[in-house]
Amino acid sequence: MKKIIELKNISKSFDGEKVLDNISLDIYDNEFLTLLGPSGCGKTTTLRIIGGFEQPDEGDVLFMGERINDVPAHKRNVNTVFQRYALFPHLDVYENVAFSLRERKVAKDEVDRQVTEMLSLVMLSNFAHRKVTSLSGGQQQRVAIARALIARPKVLLLDEPLGALDLKLRKDMQQELKKIQKATGITFIFVTHDQEEALTMSDTVVVMSDGRIQQIGTPTDVYNEPQNAFVADFIGESNIVDGIMLEDFKVKFSGHTFECVDKGFERGEAVDVVVRPEDVDIVREEDGMLRGVVTSVTFMGVHYEIIVDIGGFKWMIQTTDFVDVDEHIGLSIEPDAIQIMKKSEYSGMFGDYSTYSDEAEELSEIELGELEEFESAGVDDED
Amino acid sequence: MKTKGKPVWGLLGPYTLWAAVFIVVPLIFVAYYAFTDNSFSFTFDNLLRFFNDRSQVGDTEVRTYMLIFWRSLKLAVISTVICFVLGYPLAYIMSRASDRNQKIMMTLIMIPMWMNFLIRTYAWMTILQDTGLLNGFLTRIGLEKIHIIGTEGAVVIGMVYDYLPYMVLPIYSVMAKLDVRLIEAARDLGCNNFGVLRRVIFPLSMPGVLSGINMVLIPSVSTFYISQKLGNGKFFLIGDAIEGQYVANNLHFAAAMAFILMIILIAMMALIKKFTNDMAYGGEEV
Repeated sequence: MKKIIELKNISKSFDGEKVLDNISLDIYDNEFLTLLGPSGCGKTTTLRIIGGFEQPDEGDVLFMGERINDVPAHKRNVNTVFQRYALFPHLDVYENVAFSLRERKVAKDEVDRQVTEMLSLVMLSNFAHRKVTSLSGGQQQRVAIARALIARPKVLLLDEPLGALDLKLRKDMQQELKKIQKATGITFIFVTHDQEEALTMSDTVVVMSDGRIQQIGTPTDVYNEPQNAFVADFIGESNIVDGIMLEDFKVKFSGHTFECVDKGFERGEAVDVVVRPEDVDIVREEDGMLRGVVTSVTFMGVHYEIIVDIGGFKWMIQTTDFVDVDEHIGLSIEPDAIQIMKKSEYSGMFGDYSTYSDEAEELSEIELGELEEFESAGVDDED
Repeated sequence: MKTKGKPVWGLLGPYTLWAAVFIVVPLIFVAYYAFTDNSFSFTFDNLLRFFNDRSQVGDTEVRTYMLIFWRSLKLAVISTVICFVLGYPLAYIMSRASDRNQKIMMTLIMIPMWMNFLIRTYAWMTILQDTGLLNGFLTRIGLEKIHIIGTEGAVVIGMVYDYLPYMVLPIYSVMAKLDVRLIEAARDLGCNNFGVLRRVIFPLSMPGVLSGINMVLIPSVSTFYISQKLGNGKFFLIGDAIEGQYVANNLHFAAAMAFILMIILIAMMALIKKFTNDMAYGGEEV
């Protein structure tokens, strides 16, 4: 595969605050790559540096092998679908889509041909002469995509493009975007804070936090083999406990020695152990590798989400079997359900469900959402 | 709606009264005087006089008030155009500057407005006089004196100076509110700085331009003091004419001229609005 964009040791600060800290990333042709992370992690800044709207303080941006740090946005073969679309309110749908062709003085019937084609790609053929302000969020979104794609960029940048859509529409647009990406063969760089979105759409997921890249990998890689506690916690639910690597394929945590599939650690090395809630089997108490008391049970539709107190540490377990609160149960974990990670700065910060409640989770999500609305309304927001 | 209507009317009441007493009633009086003669019987004579009065200028006979009106309009249009040419880039630069610099520039624009405009006009007299500051400066650096007081140029300078803020401020306030993402989007789609200005900023700033033009053109057309002071009274404008007739207690003719001027201005405003709307929306390169 051909490298299309390379970021080399990029750093960027705003007002003395480091937003990007020595980021290096290769992006390949035809790839659907997602920059995933919480707000303030630097993902949008990374995108804006690729788009040419910000200059890195240090490091180089390469486009097909050529350094483009000083190439202004309008001369880059890269187009952007902006957060909240940024459609031109004084132009109708047709003229919005035709915008870049007009700038290049493309002949009138060629403009007509391309705009018609693009509008049918995004299923807006009947809306050509509508005002953009009269369109729904989903339709505006499609206009924004058509407007960016018609310039035939090598790379399309998408800055949280689905953030303002409701859940149903968002799922549809995810499928559609993926389809468009396959059909056009254009590299998509997609920014989101929604881990589910990232996992379903991407070829490559780049997990970011605190201005640094935490992990680069396929969706299955980052889910099944998170490299540190941050990634394990940010993507999906995780129980993260302290463990000690006794020898290759043998780890001890929560007072029990488990077989595992990891090796290459020092003997006796302290590690973080990740066990996904859906990978834990409930067995009779006397058959369990670990034993604990159920402290809460929540019905989630497909499964129950239960919290189990094991020696003071609370685990989350997803199961289709019903158990009752205060029941004593045993837990069994298969070797390949155990993921061992090196200790990192994020150790001990995540993966304990002792303060967990659905309400608290929802609350914090709402706050996060509001925060982002607030940020994206601002002018010089970095992320 | 009916239940909600009452409190709104309650709030609007004082303003409605104020508007009635100080705007509507005077306008009715203007119209009434315009269409009556000295004994208050109905007549068109005052209006016709505006179009028909003739006088001798040099060898040619001219329609006095039409000539004055066209002169007023010409000077007002020139001033408005100059205000726009100076004010638009200024508003643009202001809107792109840092918050701190925006405040400084805003204050600099506002400071002259704290002074009475009669005083400002007198200040220009002392600058532009044949023995004034400007000519003093020119002599000092070894250049010829220029005669500018009493010319149309002096009147235009005075009007531009007085009315420039009224052009800058509405354009600036529209531009300052412009979504930066639109500018970035245009850049992203291949526009250089000029392209962004021409295809995005300019059409979107049209509402500001429109109110700027309104706020400069209307007072410029009807101005009367600047022309007397800076034009040395040689450039009789329609405002001067109205004032003159009024001072001469010729109220009916003064009212007729004011009435005609008002109708013409309303028509011009409507035309400008239509023109700028076409430019701002849907008019692009189709």
